[in-house]
Amino acid sequence: MAKYTITINGQSKDVDVDPDTPILWVLRDELNLVGTKYGCGIAQCGACTIHIDGNPARSCSLPVSRVADKKITTIEGLSAEANHPLQEAWRKHDVPQCGYCQAGQIMSAAALLKENKNPSDADIDDAMRGNLCRCASYTKIKAAIKSAANS
Amino acid sequence: MKNNKINKDRRSFLKVTTAVGGGMLIGFNWMGCKSDAVVKELSLPYPKEWVDFDAFIKIGDTGLVTIMSPNPEIGQNIKTSMPMIIAEELDVAWKDVVVEQAPLNTEWYTRQVAGGSQSIRHGWEALRKTGAAVKQMLVETAAEKWEAEPSDCSVENGMITHVDGRSIGYGELATEASKREVPEEPKLKDPSEFKIIGQSKRNVDMEGILTGAPLFGTDFKRDGMSYATALRPPAFGQELKSFDDTETRKVKGVQDVIRFGNKVAVIADNTWAAMKGKKALVAEWEQKQKAENSEYHSKTLLDYLEKKSDEPRRVDGDVDKAFAESDEVLERTYEAPFLPHSCMEPMNFFAHVTEEGAELIGPIQTPQWTQQRVADLLKIDKEKVSIDMTRMGGGFGRRLYGDFALEAAEVSSLSKKPIQMIFSREDDMMAGTYRPASAYKFKVGIKDNEVIAYHLTEACFNGQMFGTMPNNFPCGAIENYRVDCHTIESNITTGAWRAPYANFLAFAEQAFLDELAEKLEKDPVQFRLDLFAKAKEKPVGEEHNYEVDKFVGVIKLAAEKAGWKSDGDNSNLGFCAYYSHNTYVAEVAEVEMEDGLPKVKNIHCAVDCGIVINPNAAINQIEGGIIDGIGHAMYSDFVFKDGQSQSNNYHQYRLIRMPEIPTIDVHFVKSNNDPTGLGEPTLPPAGGAVANAIYKATGLRMYTQPFIKNLENLG
Ligand code: FES
Ligand code: FES
Repeated sequence: MAKYTITINGQSKDVDVDPDTPILWVLRDELNLVGTKYGCGIAQCGACTIHIDGNPARSCSLPVSRVADKKITTIEGLSAEANHPLQEAWRKHDVPQCGYCQAGQIMSAAALLKENKNPSDADIDDAMRGNLCRCASYTKIKAAIKSAANS
Repeated sequence: MKNNKINKDRRSFLKVTTAVGGGMLIGFNWMGCKSDAVVKELSLPYPKEWVDFDAFIKIGDTGLVTIMSPNPEIGQNIKTSMPMIIAEELDVAWKDVVVEQAPLNTEWYTRQVAGGSQSIRHGWEALRKTGAAVKQMLVETAAEKWEAEPSDCSVENGMITHVDGRSIGYGELATEASKREVPEEPKLKDPSEFKIIGQSKRNVDMEGILTGAPLFGTDFKRDGMSYATALRPPAFGQELKSFDDTETRKVKGVQDVIRFGNKVAVIADNTWAAMKGKKALVAEWEQKQKAENSEYHSKTLLDYLEKKSDEPRRVDGDVDKAFAESDEVLERTYEAPFLPHSCMEPMNFFAHVTEEGAELIGPIQTPQWTQQRVADLLKIDKEKVSIDMTRMGGGFGRRLYGDFALEAAEVSSLSKKPIQMIFSREDDMMAGTYRPASAYKFKVGIKDNEVIAYHLTEACFNGQMFGTMPNNFPCGAIENYRVDCHTIESNITTGAWRAPYANFLAFAEQAFLDELAEKLEKDPVQFRLDLFAKAKEKPVGEEHNYEVDKFVGVIKLAAEKAGWKSDGDNSNLGFCAYYSHNTYVAEVAEVEMEDGLPKVKNIHCAVDCGIVINPNAAINQIEGGIIDGIGHAMYSDFVFKDGQSQSNNYHQYRLIRMPEIPTIDVHFVKSNNDPTGLGEPTLPPAGGAVANAIYKATGLRMYTQPFIKNLENLG
């Protein structure tokens, strides 16, 4: 085991875990931040997407030892009042079906909009192709990203 | 008794946490969540007291109403639409409603199942009556208080008003009203009076989903809980001979390793340790049953297609005689692979088994059946098994089977610990309950450019087309008609997969009809309409599992919206119409070539599902079903070698992703008929519509899924 101090959603947290533990499981099991989901464990589905220093990352494939000095944002900390433009757009379009993939979708979309305020269809496809939605809520996700970009 | 107590305690806990948290959604509060993350302003002050009317409705002294949602939520949005039906007849404002997930309780609720797109259809009348009965009790109470006639009272948004102007809210009347006898035949509204039904209402779990609240099975936590994984046979037909856990026990955080049946459980402090510990196990397996290959599956299915069964599922006239008299015969064979369900949330369950009983919490489509099976497994009374349902990260049929809940119960019982059993994605994909591989052969006899004989033969592993499918269209329209079904045993576990049988049969049938229409030099839409006209005028045979007018209604609507030209070439458009799970659907696909490969650009979809309860949510189901249907027909392949699946995760198993999705236009047939379900019916026609459009774009007919395998040479 090893001790790490990590900054998550603006708060500094101490954890004592195996160095190879993916940050996903540190969030979920140690810190009780369960919004970030496990879907594949091999960076193929996007359910576990978080931001590391503002960039999107698949938390299932990143050992805690590699992110100890970085700033992590999860769905729980995306906005203070659950009022990020994407969260508002998700409400407006009533996007989720089962909902399991949605935190990952929102985190990927948030990273896209930060870089690109006015993404084209192709930009959205590109940024979101790593996020599976088994319920196939894709049309709504796309529509919501567009309306968030316009807001 | 114990079970009742567990449930009661939990109910009272609910109330407390609700008081703290509040919001449009409760039900996950026993999941140890920080409820302030999902606080939403309540429309009315939180009641000091709740009055229970029945298993569905509680009314607070402030007028706030709690409605229990009885059925499991797998993303079909039942947790919003079922309470909407009650709220409509109860005549309360939707904003004053709080929804709770009901626990399994066979005395209070019937059919707590998510499957077959049947929840709304079965629940419709009972839910309406539930709301209407309580409304009547409240109105009668007000009338008595005012010494007036109930017929002089009207209700709006939980407020009762007398013609003379006096008015009183539900909250003030609830205690008195709840003492009245429940009317058995309360008056229901006329659909023209609906205010909530037919209006889009947002998913009641929205705030939780948007903020990462613990809603799902894997999110559940209990103090002192351990995490468990299980090593399962890597191939079907294998048994565990021996295992060595030396390395596993060295993994930090691993608490215990336990063999159970043909599997080995690793119990640990956290998920990662449990997963790592499992990887470190060294096991020896023995092949005890046949090690099946995909080649074997394919050959076996095709062999069976050449046989007739002793008990055909339908016979009209005499197909053999008609084939002999035909000018021409068209025969085509269609084949589909096994498919895993791939729910985004892998299988998991919490179990705590003690001397007193078993407590289970998790995502399950069949809580009632699972309760019985857990009781049988542990050899205890069913009453000692409690099951609570979390929201499910998808189901698609996989969570009907409950094997994961049984595993959790067994491991908890053996380890004497509260445990959360979680499947890795690899477990989920390799130890599935697959859609069985199947094949269909269609053979028609043509005389004077008319179809006079139709013979459908099915071959399938571990199952046969069930129910009334052999009585589907085009039976009734063709004089000589026969359906044969064969089932072949396989040691690969199989089960229902979203729109069982129809998910592949619809493609095969509708691709065949398209080819047949071409052979007869008829427009594919007109060809279908001609068959329906025959079925309506003089139906052949006794049983027909469809209504001609509704079917024709969706066909015409989809064709019109897609701009289908009955005399034109309709380049790149493919048509398909299918009836399943009590709902009629027609889809027109538009395909364009991109980088040498066909790409689905657009789907026009017409649906007749009776009254549409929650339009936006209905569109979600319709679009989801269509894209799911396209995705699996186009891309998903699943191969077995030596009894082992050759894909174990998403890098080896292709699901549809955002760049591949079309735009979708949804058109509802306006209807005042009772509602039918939408979780499945739009999936089956998607493959057919796309296959027929691909033919237009490429000249290639699709006979096997996934289509992409037939198109590789194009790219
Ligand atoms: S769980 Fe990390 S990408 Fe799938
Ligand atoms: S909403 Fe179910 S997986 Fe995306």
